[in-house]
Amino acid sequence: MEQTGAVEKKKPGKVAEAVGWLGRLFVAVIIPVIAFVVIYQGFIFLRDTQAPRWVTALVAIVWGVGGVALLYWVFNGIVERLPDAWTQRLQPFVFVGPAMAILIWYLALPAVRTFYLSLFGRDGPPQGVGFFESFTTDAFVGLQNYVAMFTERLLQESLRNNVMWIVFGSTFSVLLGLLVATLADRSRFERVAKSLVFLPMAISFVGASVIWNFMYEIRPADQPQIGLLNAIVVALGGQPFAWDKAVEIAPWNNLFLILIVLWLQAGFAMVLFSAALKGIPEEIQEAARVDGANEIQVFFKIMIPHIMGTIITTWTTIVIFTLKIFDIVWVMTGGQYGTHVIATQFYRQSFTARNSGYGSAIAIILLIAVVPVMIYNLKQFREQEAF
Amino acid sequence: MKRRNWVGPLLVNGILLLVVIIWTIPTFGLLVSSFRTRFDIQTSGWWNVFPHREWQTVATSDPKALGLDPDGVMTIEGVQGTFEQLRTGIESPDGSTRVIWVGNKRLGTIEVQKQVWTVTWDFTLDNYKQVLFGSGVVANNPDGTTELLPGQDMSQAFLNSLAVSIPSTVIPILIAAFAAYAFAWMKFPGRKTMFILVVGLLVVPLQIALVPILRDYMALKLNGTFLAVWLAHTGFGLALATYLLFNYIRTLPRETLESAFIDGASHFTIFVKLIMPLSVPALASFAIFQFLWVWNDYLVALTFLGVDPSYKVLTQRLADLTGTFGNQWQLLTAGAFVTMLLPMIVFFALQRYFVRGLMAGSVKG
Repeated sequence: MEQTGAVEKKKPGKVAEAVGWLGRLFVAVIIPVIAFVVIYQGFIFLRDTQAPRWVTALVAIVWGVGGVALLYWVFNGIVERLPDAWTQRLQPFVFVGPAMAILIWYLALPAVRTFYLSLFGRDGPPQGVGFFESFTTDAFVGLQNYVAMFTERLLQESLRNNVMWIVFGSTFSVLLGLLVATLADRSRFERVAKSLVFLPMAISFVGASVIWNFMYEIRPADQPQIGLLNAIVVALGGQPFAWDKAVEIAPWNNLFLILIVLWLQAGFAMVLFSAALKGIPEEIQEAARVDGANEIQVFFKIMIPHIMGTIITTWTTIVIFTLKIFDIVWVMTGGQYGTHVIATQFYRQSFTARNSGYGSAIAIILLIAVVPVMIYNLKQFREQEAF
Repeated sequence: MKRRNWVGPLLVNGILLLVVIIWTIPTFGLLVSSFRTRFDIQTSGWWNVFPHREWQTVATSDPKALGLDPDGVMTIEGVQGTFEQLRTGIESPDGSTRVIWVGNKRLGTIEVQKQVWTVTWDFTLDNYKQVLFGSGVVANNPDGTTELLPGQDMSQAFLNSLAVSIPSTVIPILIAAFAAYAFAWMKFPGRKTMFILVVGLLVVPLQIALVPILRDYMALKLNGTFLAVWLAHTGFGLALATYLLFNYIRTLPRETLESAFIDGASHFTIFVKLIMPLSVPALASFAIFQFLWVWNDYLVALTFLGVDPSYKVLTQRLADLTGTFGNQWQLLTAGAFVTMLLPMIVFFALQRYFVRGLMAGSVKG
């Protein structure tokens, strides 16, 4: 019986062959076409819809998530129907291609394009002029945007503020994170304490800005203060103070904005340190204690060296993070009172002042600032045996 | 030695408690305030919900009936002062009584006040009604007048935030998982070069991309659509997602994969049926990380969603409120809490995954 079946399969009739061929054609052509039509119709629906908003939201979610899954399924289906050799050759690119295309479109190319834009005036390279000719037009300004960045007062102020953010923001976050992690490690209330310190990580910068605006709220001296900090100051006999908006103490009023980031990021540092501290073998600490080392010596001579790698990683992360700080400054002060930073200047120049050349130059400075970290990451990667 | 045994833990827990209290107070103050009436928020600090001492009038009298001369020095209830001094209130030497002149010189009354313990517990849900349903609220002012406060509907923004965040979380995970699988288990030319690109792009600041991508979107007429923001978040989160998922998928046992191959399964089947279910911990970690990142994002939404109010997400709406109603704290506190609600739930429910995702993916551009 089995043999007959095998023989029959080897000699399919003409009709069956045609049906099979049609089936393949259907799968290879019609299904993709249907899929693209469905995805496109979804797009049109979302663009023009007057449906109730929750319907729109739901359709958007299903369409977005389902559409991407459908695309993979369709492309894979096409590739798997090719001859085996071609399947082997092409399938990896079906898997890896979309990710690469998006990364190149959204990050790799923009870096080059932004650099190109940064060499031009406020309106960018003139329309309808070729790439090489554009350098001969008047719009080409060379490195002038970069020169302006380091000579204009407002930009110099932003650079100075960003240095403050990086130095104080990262240092305080790391120190405080280390303190809480070490203390929590020895406390019975570790879980609760860590949760509560970590909680601000879930809050958006805009939300955090509202929270701290409320903390910093200032009222005239003859009215009751509703901001906690000024209430304390007044209760102690002082005058209400404008904190982050106190231009008279500039640039130190920036510290009150940096405090917000400390509030948000200390929990992040704490979590990383806490995990690292747990990784220190108990015996080493015990051995040191038996040898007569006190807690402070154990901390500095054993724990700190042991988690130095984590400290450097955490510190780097927060440095990168404070380098790009935007939301807090934008919502709290809008850059007034001498609080502009590089990222707010970038936004202001690019989108408010519509000076694309200048804005791009600022973005390039941000990119250059992270290059050392990028090189370090690549070096680490090369040292791994993974590839 | 004995002494240290209790001083140590006391010091540790004491400092810890202090830090925890300081860290919690700002959020707590916001939460409490969001339930207070507009009048209460504007006139007293939120800490008045705790027991505190307040002056309360115990007796009111007419200065004429007491035979007082408003132009000279008056003596009432053991305190002495001129009209100007009485207007601001004079406390008795022992601090237990305060005498205050309320109103003008001719028609005013004199109030004798004592300090009593009290709490201000006049809580309301009006603020949330205003920001969630956009319903106007009638406020009773203490002087007897009423005022209609316009609502600030944030429910649309809440839906928009969901419509932005969910695909912006799932799409990069899907794309990154496919790529990570290919990097981990498939052989193809250019594999190493491509992965070096992924690693190199990990820390690239997204500011670099905003202007060129905005130009592309304008050309494609994508600006202001959800698709534009999904793709942007996908692009900015993809390097990290690929890197994380690759590191995880690589560690899965090779034997499972090989036996599946022998059974005749294709790469696609193995990926969907085997690798995805096995990678759930890594997928969940990144999902939470990315979800919170997108939900809390302001810059990308501001750049690509633009100014159309029907598409604005929560962070934009809240930032707008801060700009236009900077002193309407009843709106801002409730609004801020609405934006924080979902991340907080995610945070408390899935904290362990979140921490893991954070530790793995701390460097993001």
